[in-house]
Amino acid sequence: MNLEDLISITKTEKEKASQFKHSILICVAAGCVSCQSLQVKDALVKEVKSRGLESEIQVKGVGCLGLCTVAPLMVIEPSGVMYKAVTPEDAKDVIDSIGKAPVKRLECDGQSSFFKRQEKIVLENCGVIDPERIEDYIAAGGYQALYKALQDASPNKIIDEITKSGLRGRGGGGFPTGIKWQAVAKADNAIKYVVCNADEGDPGAFMDRSVLESDPHRVIEGMLLSGYAVGAQIAYVYIRAEYPLAIKRLKIALQQAERNGLLGDNIFDTPFSFSIKIRLGAGAFVCGEETALLASIEGGRGTPRPRPPFPAESGLWGYPTLINNVETFANVPPIIAKGGAWFAGIGTEKSKGTKVFALAGRINNTGLIEVPMGTKLRDIVFDIGGGIPGGKKYKAVQTGGPSGGCIPEQHLDMSVDYESLAAVGSIMGSGGMIVMDETSCMVDVAKFFIEFTMSESCGKCIPCRVGTAQIYSILCRITDGSGEISDIEKLEELCDVVKHASLCGLGMTAPNPVMSTLKYFRNEYLEHINQKTCPAGVCAMKKAKEVKHA
Amino acid sequence: METKTTESSQELLQSAAKDAPKVAEDGRWKQVNRTMRLNGYAPHALIETLHAVQESFGYLDIEALKYVSEQLKLPRSLVYGAATFYHFFSLKPAGEHTCVVCMGTACYIAGVPKILDAIQQSYSVSPGETTADNKISILTARCIGSCGLSPAAVFDGEVAGKLTPDAVLDKLGRWVVS
Repeated sequence: MNLEDLISITKTEKEKASQFKHSILICVAAGCVSCQSLQVKDALVKEVKSRGLESEIQVKGVGCLGLCTVAPLMVIEPSGVMYKAVTPEDAKDVIDSIGKAPVKRLECDGQSSFFKRQEKIVLENCGVIDPERIEDYIAAGGYQALYKALQDASPNKIIDEITKSGLRGRGGGGFPTGIKWQAVAKADNAIKYVVCNADEGDPGAFMDRSVLESDPHRVIEGMLLSGYAVGAQIAYVYIRAEYPLAIKRLKIALQQAERNGLLGDNIFDTPFSFSIKIRLGAGAFVCGEETALLASIEGGRGTPRPRPPFPAESGLWGYPTLINNVETFANVPPIIAKGGAWFAGIGTEKSKGTKVFALAGRINNTGLIEVPMGTKLRDIVFDIGGGIPGGKKYKAVQTGGPSGGCIPEQHLDMSVDYESLAAVGSIMGSGGMIVMDETSCMVDVAKFFIEFTMSESCGKCIPCRVGTAQIYSILCRITDGSGEISDIEKLEELCDVVKHASLCGLGMTAPNPVMSTLKYFRNEYLEHINQKTCPAGVCAMKKAKEVKHA
Repeated sequence: METKTTESSQELLQSAAKDAPKVAEDGRWKQVNRTMRLNGYAPHALIETLHAVQESFGYLDIEALKYVSEQLKLPRSLVYGAATFYHFFSLKPAGEHTCVVCMGTACYIAGVPKILDAIQQSYSVSPGETTADNKISILTARCIGSCGLSPAAVFDGEVAGKLTPDAVLDKLGRWVVS
């Protein structure tokens, strides 16, 4: 593969596409697939065939179109008409409508705030290209950044661009990517590794799954660029076994890249060689922590170890290792293609670029969105997200999964960036946003998260293993009606110990959901304890009832 | 649950000794052996190998764990340690059908506890258990990433979203009839 090949593939693809008068792009990411989008696609192909329109209308499976709530989604180009909740029976009407007035009952407003207010960098190919064809990715400009880098730029220049861009880790920590790369590049060792963290363990987060299902080559290209920059030849993608479709698409993409000489020896006829292997996770939340993840790749139990030494010095099998998350890698190719300064022009002073969020919970438009850093939380929830369904009242938005906190109404006008989220007691996390309304009990939510971290604690350090269990038992007491007022103080003390004395990020952040709900929703705790009632009507308060009856 | 495991381990240990030669004959071991071979029988192939065992046999039994520990030259404690550390691995055979209910945040606040209650009431099974007739196993997952369609569950490998207790009972009911 060389530049001529890239250009010729692009040309052939564009010519092929231009032969069709219309293209039907239907989402085949996991969300839509579970709503029968593959059957809809088959029905459309059949309908087109039966009318002999194969040369005019193309039916193409594409990645995530974003608005999961009305899945399966499709868009017809070039008219831009969007259809929602399509069933195989609708195929006839859809084909009938092409080039004419849209089918009213299926129409989805592509001009709504949900689509218009987004700014796509990571997701720019999602819903546009066929994730199972490398030619589609190349035609969208793919692998050009890699070519440009290998031909014209030194590894140092690549790291400089990443540093200049201000990109920070998208997995939750927000560590400056350029500094991480620099550290691995500086490590003096012939063997180095790159690891892509695709162990998206936060409940309520599905950004990485969608990116891998919709645009796997983008992640591969990002990994290649990082390998070139830091001097690594071997890479692993550590991916959740719970994501079968993402694994399948990633495998296809890796095979295609190998077959086209984009992985292997002497890529683009340069001395650079690079290979990527897949490692399956096995359902352990703690493996999202980098040292635990490395232990898991090495084949053992995923338990973290103290840092330093950081993986950049001593990582996989003791060799210098660069670990970044899926979304971080997906940001790399456009930064190299367009320059660090371009990326740094988006976002806030300290948080650059865009962020992908998974909107879920009590919100009208659930799905995947990408917005510039610094977007107001209120705009995400009420404009892009379309507000709360059923005329219910907003209560909180939970960010950062089990490591994050609940953000109440008074902070709705905050800017969504790393610093602002930390300031209100939450974290950016990987990008899950769960909206809650008045029907959610915040004590119950805190209990839900602590139950999660308690059972996901690897057990290595005592503050996390025992502390989370103690917090959980106190929360159980409060939610069954036998809590006492002194429990609040105990909770606060325990949270402080677990936060400051735990070994890894899991324990250090585990108390966040409890601390943030104690801070903003203390009244709910007090009502459970003093009045023995759950204001949202969620907690059973069994003990309290028993006492009353007795 | 602890005692149960020990009892069944004893049984399995005995049957393992009896069935040892079957390893060579049983075609299901092919994929397992292939995985170890591709990784050069290196210790770091452990988790990959356990995945292969679970895929071929549906769960990890003591016989399989012993076999893997011998082949990869790893202490049995380490193999057992990894097999029990990760939620994805199951040490018990599943029923004919499996229903994995997602317990992610979005699904939880969208009403998963009510769904589990309904299953408990109709079939007397809690998460992690199989019905007495061995028809249905109910499992839970931390998050299957279908948060946009919460509450969601996986019925024999197929994801279904926007579920209600009735919809779930309806789906389970079809398995019981079939």
